Amino acid sequence: MQHVSPVREPLVTGGKTYHDVTQDVCRQVEAAPNVRWMAALSVALVLLGVFFYSVYRTLWYGIGEWGLNKTVGWAWDITNFVWWVGIGHAGTLISAVLLLFRQKWRTSINRAAEAMTIFAVICAAMFPVLHMGRPWLAYWVFPFQNTFGSLWVNFNSPLLWDVFAISTYFTVSLVFWYTGLVPDFATIRDRAKGPIAKVAYSLLSMGWKGSAKHWSRYETVSLILAGVSTPLVLSVHTIVSMDFATSVVPGWHTTIFPPYFVAGAIFSGFAMVLTLMLITRVVFKLEDYITIEHIALMNKIMMVTGSIVGVAYITEFFIAWYSQVEFEQYAFINRATGPYWWAYWSMMTCNVITPQLVWIRRVRYSIPLTFILSIIVNIGMWFERFVIIVTSLHRDYLPSSWVMFSPTIIDIGIYVGTIGLFFTLFLLFAKFFPVINMAEVKSVLKYTVDNGPTYTGHDPHHAPTTHQPSTHGVPASAPVNYDKHD
Amino acid sequence: MQESPKYWKGIEELENSPEFMKNALTEFADFLPVKESHGASDATVAPRRDFLKLMGFGIAAATLASCETPIRKAIPYLNKPEEVDPGIANFYASTFFIGQDYNSILVKTREGRPIKFEGNPESPITRGGLSARAQAAVLSLYDGGRLQHFAIKKGNEHVKSDRDQVDQEVRAALASATGKIAIVSPTIISPSTKKVIAEFAARFPSTEHVMYDVNSASGLLQANGGVLPSYDFSKARTIVSVGADFLGTWLSPVEYAQQYITNRKVSSEKREMSRHYQFESALTLTGSNADVRVAVKPSMQGEVVLALYNAIIGGGAASSYNDESKQLAKAVRDLKNARGAALVVAGSNDPAVQTLVAAINQTLGSTAVDVAAPSMIRQGDDARMARLIREMNAGQVGAVIFYHANPAYDHPLAEQVVNGLKKVKTTISLNDRLDETGILCTYAAPDHNFLESWNDYEPKRGSLSLAQPVITPLFATRQAQDSLLAWAGNPTTYYNYLRNQWKGVLGGNFQKAWDTAVHDGVAVGTASPAPVARVAAPLDVNAAISAIKSAPKPSGIELTIYEKVGIGNGANIYANNPWLQELPDPVSKATWGNYVAVSRKMAVERKWEQGDVVEVSANGKSIQLPVLIQPGQADGAVSIALGYGRTNAGKVANGVGANVLPLASMRNDGILYTNVVNIKETEAKSPIAQTQTHHTIMDRKAVVQEASLADYIKDPKDVTEYETISTPEGPQKPNKVSLWQDYEYKNHHWGMVIDLNSCIGCGSCVIGCQVENNVAVVGKQEVLNRREMHWMRIDRYYSSDAHKEDFETKGKLDTYEAMEHPSDNPKVIFQPMLCQHCNHAPCETVCPVLATTHSSEGLNQMTYNRCVGTRYCANNCPYKVRRFNWFSYYSNEKFETVNGHMFTDLGRMVLNPDVTVRARGVMEKCSFCVQRIQLGKLEAKKQKRRPQDGEVVSACAQSCPTQAIVFGDMRDPNSRISQIMRREDGERAFHVLDTINTQPNITYLTKIRNTEAEVRNA
Repeated sequence: MQHVSPVREPLVTGGKTYHDVTQDVCRQVEAAPNVRWMAALSVALVLLGVFFYSVYRTLWYGIGEWGLNKTVGWAWDITNFVWWVGIGHAGTLISAVLLLFRQKWRTSINRAAEAMTIFAVICAAMFPVLHMGRPWLAYWVFPFQNTFGSLWVNFNSPLLWDVFAISTYFTVSLVFWYTGLVPDFATIRDRAKGPIAKVAYSLLSMGWKGSAKHWSRYETVSLILAGVSTPLVLSVHTIVSMDFATSVVPGWHTTIFPPYFVAGAIFSGFAMVLTLMLITRVVFKLEDYITIEHIALMNKIMMVTGSIVGVAYITEFFIAWYSQVEFEQYAFINRATGPYWWAYWSMMTCNVITPQLVWIRRVRYSIPLTFILSIIVNIGMWFERFVIIVTSLHRDYLPSSWVMFSPTIIDIGIYVGTIGLFFTLFLLFAKFFPVINMAEVKSVLKYTVDNGPTYTGHDPHHAPTTHQPSTHGVPASAPVNYDKHD
Repeated sequence: MQESPKYWKGIEELENSPEFMKNALTEFADFLPVKESHGASDATVAPRRDFLKLMGFGIAAATLASCETPIRKAIPYLNKPEEVDPGIANFYASTFFIGQDYNSILVKTREGRPIKFEGNPESPITRGGLSARAQAAVLSLYDGGRLQHFAIKKGNEHVKSDRDQVDQEVRAALASATGKIAIVSPTIISPSTKKVIAEFAARFPSTEHVMYDVNSASGLLQANGGVLPSYDFSKARTIVSVGADFLGTWLSPVEYAQQYITNRKVSSEKREMSRHYQFESALTLTGSNADVRVAVKPSMQGEVVLALYNAIIGGGAASSYNDESKQLAKAVRDLKNARGAALVVAGSNDPAVQTLVAAINQTLGSTAVDVAAPSMIRQGDDARMARLIREMNAGQVGAVIFYHANPAYDHPLAEQVVNGLKKVKTTISLNDRLDETGILCTYAAPDHNFLESWNDYEPKRGSLSLAQPVITPLFATRQAQDSLLAWAGNPTTYYNYLRNQWKGVLGGNFQKAWDTAVHDGVAVGTASPAPVARVAAPLDVNAAISAIKSAPKPSGIELTIYEKVGIGNGANIYANNPWLQELPDPVSKATWGNYVAVSRKMAVERKWEQGDVVEVSANGKSIQLPVLIQPGQADGAVSIALGYGRTNAGKVANGVGANVLPLASMRNDGILYTNVVNIKETEAKSPIAQTQTHHTIMDRKAVVQEASLADYIKDPKDVTEYETISTPEGPQKPNKVSLWQDYEYKNHHWGMVIDLNSCIGCGSCVIGCQVENNVAVVGKQEVLNRREMHWMRIDRYYSSDAHKEDFETKGKLDTYEAMEHPSDNPKVIFQPMLCQHCNHAPCETVCPVLATTHSSEGLNQMTYNRCVGTRYCANNCPYKVRRFNWFSYYSNEKFETVNGHMFTDLGRMVLNPDVTVRARGVMEKCSFCVQRIQLGKLEAKKQKRRPQDGEVVSACAQSCPTQAIVFGDMRDPNSRISQIMRREDGERAFHVLDTINTQPNITYLTKIRNTEAEVRNA
């Protein structure tokens, strides 16, 4: 018995009731793992094995196992770092900025997007540590009281700012994510049958009762954390960009970097969210929650940020010409026409041309095309960082030191390995945690389901449900107004 | 009275049983029984508790034991030697000469270990300069490839043997030798050694001493009547060299470089320069420094000399040299103008060519050639050696003694030497290892290293030089002279022998004079007979001309065999030295191995790419080497360096490159280092490890600047381009605009001035720095990976035909592309590059942990202990001088071959104890030799004064033979560096990349080329 708004597209399709939401989301957590999940996890674990082997080689023999050299001191390591940090951005943007802007469509994707943020930041954080010559001393980058003879960190160094930016970002994202998870954990706790699950989810839900006070605090905390996270969306990649912008290397020393990096981060983040969502919705049969509308909306954001990035690329060239600085000009000519031209043009094709296809409605609403597009953007954004880092460094000021960089198998292993790490974490998350924020999705069902007696049938896609509202087994964690609707 | 209450501690006390009484007397209760009672009294069964206890103890003990750091015992002196103070270096004067160039050295020893050589400023010949080869030679003392004991060959093995037994057998063998006894050696400039050999020859009258040189000057000797003229390049205003690399490898490069540079340095006091023409095939170090260089095929070099002869003296047959570029005509004009101050030299080993050169110099009245005090450093006679080889093969030689000679490897007829040796009954090697020749000899009586020996030298008639031992012999070796004396039956030690010899030279109060000579390392006097002062008979120029004209004019590809600056003649001491193997060739920047240098034109024609392996064959022999495209290489000719392809020199040298000497040709028993070769492509590829792979300067004036002498004379203020920054107050010097506060230097402000006009690119500073600062060697693969560790490098740029001026006409993209390609015969510029010690250092701001900071004396310091290795500093260094420890170079087995001296106790003795060996994962770079600065300040402080100028000198500045590098305190207004900076300010002084406002403490002086101006008349 549903009433579908004649003016507003529904955010959740399939005529779901509150109970359906609970059922659909908890199914993955409660049921035995399915074959597709097992297969995916196996692949992820193999890649994780590659990661551990490559890290072992790096730690045991040294950074010499990588392809770096006297001129190119950073390459895949920092490329991967920036790439992963960038990917994380979409999660924060979706959960925080869209929350503040009251974009309700975010509810069904924010959980997974936030999880993606956290896992991406974990992957990203591997690189600043691993790329150190002596990673066992990595804690020296923190300002702490010590007995080394009043040694302190260098507050002038953008790398130190990175330390603060990334650690803040990770902490806030984690707290935000976990706060959102608490009511859903309680739902699972209440439904849990096995003893282990009962204890585990009891601990995880931290005594959530679903009382009005709890909900009130939940809302407040969410709002505060959203407020705290919003500047982080801008600050983290701004600071990451300063690693380059504050240097003297031609091609790095550019004031446009902060906005350009932030746009690029959101661009790549949304591409990654799309990649993951498109897989998740199929694997866990969540097509009704992550609808084609979501996909189209995210496509639009990708197009906007992709265009910003494109403008930034062109602006860099303009400024290089306009500045009349010899080294700057050569750096950009070398990017486009030097030995790494292929990387540059891969980047341009992937990041500037492909997002423009989204103007076409058919593309925007096509799931396979969107999937391909999201992968292309992910590749393009990786190349963007590679282009910035390697093609700027490999030919800088003194031609005597100009070199080429080529990765070793260990470079590739660590990169592929972090993808394995990411997917291992993500798949474990998807199996054991609710991938969709049940509580919040239920709050947007209001727009789609009413107590109206008849199905008005404006849209043939939204067939009336045959499911009878159940009155028993209502979880204590459901929103306070559950009794009115379910 | 109330009964006092009774307290008890337990029921046992109350009962007061006998057992309690017994226990109460002992303070501690008995331990609980260890063994659990099992009823059965089987004592062999170890109960569970025991097992657990023992295991627990065992693990704990093992853990504790393994936690302990291994103790390495340092044994103190029982009686402290008078001179040795721990932590304080002693310097001893000595001499280094091994078949190449003569260097008077000061040996720096720490706690009795020689660790570094510095130039001996007392020497009138090398005047404080040192070649890269001499710098590196300190490592030869600790070379693991040395033979550590006497040995006798049994079967195919050399078995360790008693010294007396070897002596006995050798004496018997020599006494019974039928036929000739030959002593084969490279040039010996030691008068006492020669006397020893003479005494040996007196004892065994059939003895012949045969000297031959790998880098033979037989032709030059022959042309000058058996003497090698001394050259004084400082007396030459016009220098024409035909194939003589006199700055790099020819005869006495350190000496010549110093002389040469006196007429090349310019300043406001002296705005004039000599002019240097070079006609050569391979692009050598000397050719790179020439004002005018013409690429000439080897077969044409005789014709060039003939053309010079015709133009200056006249009367010879017409030369077939086509003076297309008109440079020969200009050279003739300048030679004639300079007259007495003109000098022609040639590198050819053809006596005919050298005869003409001598005649030209004579006619020009060149004061730069001195035959009265001739040089001694090449005495080898090709013909005698060739004859000996024939005699050996004919079975006429009964015994042969090799003294530092390795003809089985380094003679073009090596194959015949090997065959001939089979027919010699007694073969003795005095070489320091079982090298290619030593391994064939029956007896091995290894010589001491020169640092363990007494010896004397006479590099030039009238200039004597001494070598003294600076360490007790490390191994059971014996000085070769002592061996010869012993076999000749003379019981005196060589030390006494030497002293006796010198008694005749020094005269007067001998002990005092001797002490002074040993202290100074050099002395005036001669122990050699007066030379035949110039050939009495007039030079037979006509015969020489007809010899040149009748020489075959080949049509195929011609080969030049040349010496590399690093490896030199490839003797054991150079070849098995990883520092020299990794020293980039000054011109090609290639390390670890030789290659076939070809011109770009030939490479394009034959479709060769760099690194393609080709097979070069001549004389029925062939070698395979990779191709290197060398701008400046004469077209139609190729060049290959000798000294590689060792098989028995040691771990470092074996298998590196290929031996080109068998491809050399012989004419009239003289070695000609040229030939006609066939070159065949192969499928293989072998990459060449170059430290620099981009060769042109891309017209970056901000990096390196040069100008012509004419412009410099016209307006010295106009030769250097200074970039300015636009400000509201008008254009300003970049350093006037700054976000940062400037440092204030209250005490010292260390700085350096590098004169690009004086730097010849020889690489001596690179090795000097490496020795001083324990810089690791990384091997060929890591050089290919672009990870060499040199703190000091010499950037070499070739000129290109394309220039920025072409932007308008040809477009930027095409021009930049064209600028990447060097000209076919490029102008070359060398730029020593090291940490610039910026006052606004980009590296300092970006280090997250403050591991690199600025000192109160202007140094950019690197704190290894604090470094976590983010490499951000290296990325942000515009000069790319920072070096990262990618691996543990002192313990990773991958580096054991190439960096072996950091692995063994023997090798580690060479390390400078004042400088940390850097750990894996740490950034390192030039420290301005901070340990030397500290030492200088300390010395001054002890004497309660300020350090004097020149007292504190970095290792690179110390080793520079041309004084291109001046180090000093910029706050001292009277220091040399301050004077130069004041004088050159606005003229030649510039900072590299001034516009990025790093404010370096290193100032460069613009290079001036004498290309356009006329040479001033003498």
